[in-house]
Amino acid sequence: MKELEYPFDSAYIMKKRRSLKKSLLADGAARVKKKIAVLGGSTTNDIVSIMELFLLNCGIEPSFYQSEYAQYWQDAMFPDETLSAFAPDIVFIHTTNRNITAYPSVSDSRDDVNVLLDTEFARFEQMWQSVSERFKCPIIQNNFEMPLYRIMGNRDSFDHRGRERFISRLNEKFYDYADTHDNFYINDINYISAQYGLKSWSDPSYWNMYKYALCFEAIPELAFNTANIVKSVFGKNKKAIALDLDNTLWGGVVGDDGVEHIQIGQETGVAQSYYEFQTYLKAQRELGVLLTVCSKNDEENALAGLRHPEGVLRPEDFAVIKANWENKDRNIIETAAALNILPDSIVFVDDNPAERAIVSAQVAGVSVPEINSVEEYIRVLDRSGFFDITTFSDDDLKRNEMYKANAQRAMQQAAFGNYTDYLLSLDMKAEICDFTPMYLQRITQLTNKSNQFNVTTKRYTAAEMEAVFNDDGYIRLYGKLIDKFGDNGVVSVVIGRKDNDVLHMDLWIMSCRVLKREMEFAMLDTLIDKCREQGIKTIMGYYYPTAKNKMVKELYGTFGFAKISEDEEGSVWQLDVDGYEKKCSVIAIND
Amino acid sequence: MNEEEIYDRLNEVFRDVFDDDTIEVDELTTADDIDDWDSLEHINLIAAVEQEFGIKFRMGEVSTMKDVGEMVEIIMSRV
Repeated sequence: MKELEYPFDSAYIMKKRRSLKKSLLADGAARVKKKIAVLGGSTTNDIVSIMELFLLNCGIEPSFYQSEYAQYWQDAMFPDETLSAFAPDIVFIHTTNRNITAYPSVSDSRDDVNVLLDTEFARFEQMWQSVSERFKCPIIQNNFEMPLYRIMGNRDSFDHRGRERFISRLNEKFYDYADTHDNFYINDINYISAQYGLKSWSDPSYWNMYKYALCFEAIPELAFNTANIVKSVFGKNKKAIALDLDNTLWGGVVGDDGVEHIQIGQETGVAQSYYEFQTYLKAQRELGVLLTVCSKNDEENALAGLRHPEGVLRPEDFAVIKANWENKDRNIIETAAALNILPDSIVFVDDNPAERAIVSAQVAGVSVPEINSVEEYIRVLDRSGFFDITTFSDDDLKRNEMYKANAQRAMQQAAFGNYTDYLLSLDMKAEICDFTPMYLQRITQLTNKSNQFNVTTKRYTAAEMEAVFNDDGYIRLYGKLIDKFGDNGVVSVVIGRKDNDVLHMDLWIMSCRVLKREMEFAMLDTLIDKCREQGIKTIMGYYYPTAKNKMVKELYGTFGFAKISEDEEGSVWQLDVDGYEKKCSVIAIND
Repeated sequence: MNEEEIYDRLNEVFRDVFDDDTIEVDELTTADDIDDWDSLEHINLIAAVEQEFGIKFRMGEVSTMKDVGEMVEIIMSRV
């Protein structure tokens, strides 16, 4: 919904929230249900109702628990029955500098202030430990915004007794904790309030009248920022940016003006703006965001523009280049297919409002930010929160290389008459083993973002995955696939729950970048070996249809399972371990 | 802006905030007359009215306004 995408009209959202909610709920979109406990140090009602809108808009249907007014600490330390029964999927601790219990006084020595700082921090740390032990779920914790006034003026920023310094040091301690603990995320209200303008954000009348720690109009900013973290935790981030070229990546039209006349580089202010935008995109690429081209151009001209000596991005930085005269909606859909991702994982960036309108009307779920003019491109993309990073794995860093290797494989494939010969030529080696701590993060990440090759679409928080990892009642496998073009990383995860001699498959997922490589058979072969070792006689498979997982409707059938039942909810499958014969002949497993 | 115009625009704000197109406010309308008008929604309403007329209520005014008539009087004195 356009009204809820950055840059949004906060006053409009606040005013129209009821009707916005109604139309979101009526749009028929599939949403995952999530329970969010909001432990507030100030009023949270409106924050919650606006967060709900942003989450509904990105495929999450939240239900909320809210602390009684300012009871965040009590709730975290000694949760009552309501909160315990609520069993949150995520806890959001909304505290602000209004909740700091003691600031340094002018007579305090450096040591006194250190003690004060440790005491204040301990109060928060205890709370986080209590929450993570009890609820085993991710925590989102606000950092502190800067103080509204500075008693000592500029000295407040560096003097050990200054409030500003105290808040900065406390924030720094929060960051150390966040940096060394999984499942713990900082909601950076210090940044958001600065961006919004601290003077308005901290308008004290809202505190004095309503006990809001920020001004009413800023609530959507806070709610949006928080929702972006929730969205990322539950695997709803975007994966790729499809970029127009002329007047998007450079100034001018390469086909008309000629490559020597496009604006990119250091020569003019406009050229520098495009250069900065390309630099921003290159950095996103390094973090694992896929870049593609979607431009109405002759391919030759497009490539010439991308090879401009003053440019930052090169043709090889793009996973797919669509430079042709087809409609852009069609190119976006083909791009998604080529990358094995869904169109709703794509952000389409184009300076032309008409192209934006066509793509957003024709391609369901694709994000189409209103980027306006070049000096705004970075801010709009950055603040839209499409790629808010909560976990960060080595695979993210390698993703673009992996997709490029895929493209090379596709070229090889054309040269073989027979598909099995082709697969054999890839020299595939798989590592298929029980979970290890090293891969746990990647396993959870893959589990939460796989939509297509996913029979049950069961999601796990990092804490839940860790619980599975520590439980003998499960057979778990991760699969890593390496071939002569490179390491694909962890691409498949299987979890089965033991019930005497029966194994119930809770999860069977695979990354679409290794489709048609017989990797699923390699996983099955290994699973059967494990079952035999552990005395499992029967495996039960379950398929639950979603809008996105049609490709695995018959997965268990191809595995040789017999279909036991089928209805609207899905299908149930059964396999006898005894009669099973190995299916994968093209991958060397655990050599 | 005359009083009638203010009432017209105010009525729209009420309808938006409470998402109810049947609302008709007059000078005697109070929180008791509109189901969803509780203390929490009051903040939202005040913010929307301020936005509509480009004014700011003073802290004391927000808590002492008795009915829509008083709200309109304050708006009249500011616009």
